[in-house]
Amino acid sequence: MSGNPSSDAAAAGGTATGTTLVKRGLAEMLKGGVIMDVVTPEHARIAEDAGAVSVMALERVPSDIRAHGGVSRMSDPEMIQSIMAAVSIPVMAKTRIGHFAEAQILQALAVDYVDESEVLTPADEVHHIDKWAFTVPFVCGATNLGEALRRIGEGACMIRSKGEAGTGNIVEAVRHLRSITGDIRRIAAAGDEAELFEWAKQLRAPLPLVQEISDTGVLPVPLFCAGGIATPADASLVMQLGAEAAFVGSGIFKSSNPPKMASAIVEAVTHYRDPGILAKISSGLGEAMAGLETAGLTTKMAERGW
Amino acid sequence: MKPRVGVLALQGGFAAHAAILHRLDVRVDEIRTAEQLAAVDALVMPGGESTTMSMLLERSGLLEPLAERLDGGMGVLGTCAGMILLAAEVVDGRADQHSLGLVDITVRRNAYGTQIESFEADIAVYGFETPFHAVFIRAPAVERVGPGVEVLARHEGRPVLCRSGRATVAAFHPELSGDGRLHARFLDDL
Repeated sequence: MSGNPSSDAAAAGGTATGTTLVKRGLAEMLKGGVIMDVVTPEHARIAEDAGAVSVMALERVPSDIRAHGGVSRMSDPEMIQSIMAAVSIPVMAKTRIGHFAEAQILQALAVDYVDESEVLTPADEVHHIDKWAFTVPFVCGATNLGEALRRIGEGACMIRSKGEAGTGNIVEAVRHLRSITGDIRRIAAAGDEAELFEWAKQLRAPLPLVQEISDTGVLPVPLFCAGGIATPADASLVMQLGAEAAFVGSGIFKSSNPPKMASAIVEAVTHYRDPGILAKISSGLGEAMAGLETAGLTTKMAERGW
Repeated sequence: MKPRVGVLALQGGFAAHAAILHRLDVRVDEIRTAEQLAAVDALVMPGGESTTMSMLLERSGLLEPLAERLDGGMGVLGTCAGMILLAAEVVDGRADQHSLGLVDITVRRNAYGTQIESFEADIAVYGFETPFHAVFIRAPAVERVGPGVEVLARHEGRPVLCRSGRATVAAFHPELSGDGRLHARFLDDL
């Protein structure tokens, strides 16, 4: 496993925090679960009551960020702390792409995971955060395998396919997941080292990570899905396409019955291969969030990130 | 005959447990329903969120069948959240959190703090000649050990690996460090 040389060296001796194993370990524990966007402590409790494995504390869900416009930043630390106090499950929070000062503040708050997120307005149009420099683990979005491997090279310990946040439209999430898992399969089937060199060039990805995929056939870190999940069937679809857990943003608290939708999506992620159970839990949920056609969007959040 | 081992796959680190068990050459089934549980000889309850697993056990109709199998003496290995679910008493849990009460210990959830306090360390395990590399993720702590519960390992004085009858529970994640010895011992004890 590639990793942070300094902290991994420390692990050989006594007790070590912030190691690659410890950071990726929490992502391992979130598998098969749902991470829900929440904007208040009340939302956070509804999410925990419904069986969320984690909550993402933010000031507006992505659909409201779209509607509101302007620059979207890290949330108020007071609001994040009020959510941390309200629940016993892990709490994540978002930093702008490249905004390492926001990330330092989130680490000082002792959040459990930091999301360097395209949902907020990017702070740096060239550089992402050096995530190796932190004890807190990072999740980053990706639209394709090259982007995912660049983020892992920078120290991300969990990848989520981006989808198109705040749309309630699953089409982009499907495109991104199929692209990532399809390229993983093609690399695993590569004929020789020379083909791996070419893959690294094409993907603009670190060669050692391409070689690792060739050896293992899987992404080096857990692969979750975000952006557009609005129903239990959407959750089942992305899990069947290879996602190992789901982030749900606007899909819960913009539906007509958030507690019911939240618990239904939790059950759908567990029983994603069982259409009989899915039929039962999809029944009588009320209105899902209103969706948007992605073709008509003026802001495509998924295009943020380099 | 090789035992058929189930890994509770409602949520959490089930894939890593399954990978270690596959290496030990046993048949491994993911368990999400009562029918699937009925078909296995032993069960691994992985780490993850104990509150989520507790709810999913109930909603998936697994709570009673699982309690019956455990009462009937099925071998079980519980790690982290699995340990919490198997403990007699849980501190800092949710009021509605189910407890299977199989192992007479008191466990405090998230005893070490948030993820930035998560750590890895070598620990001495009873019966192993060399240290075991243990990964603790938002780990629970064992605060009381009842009579009849053996403590097989400690970290800084706290019990982190316990055995009671056919149940073995760990506060850490033996499935994450690539060392199959704990799983192998669990299989040997079946």
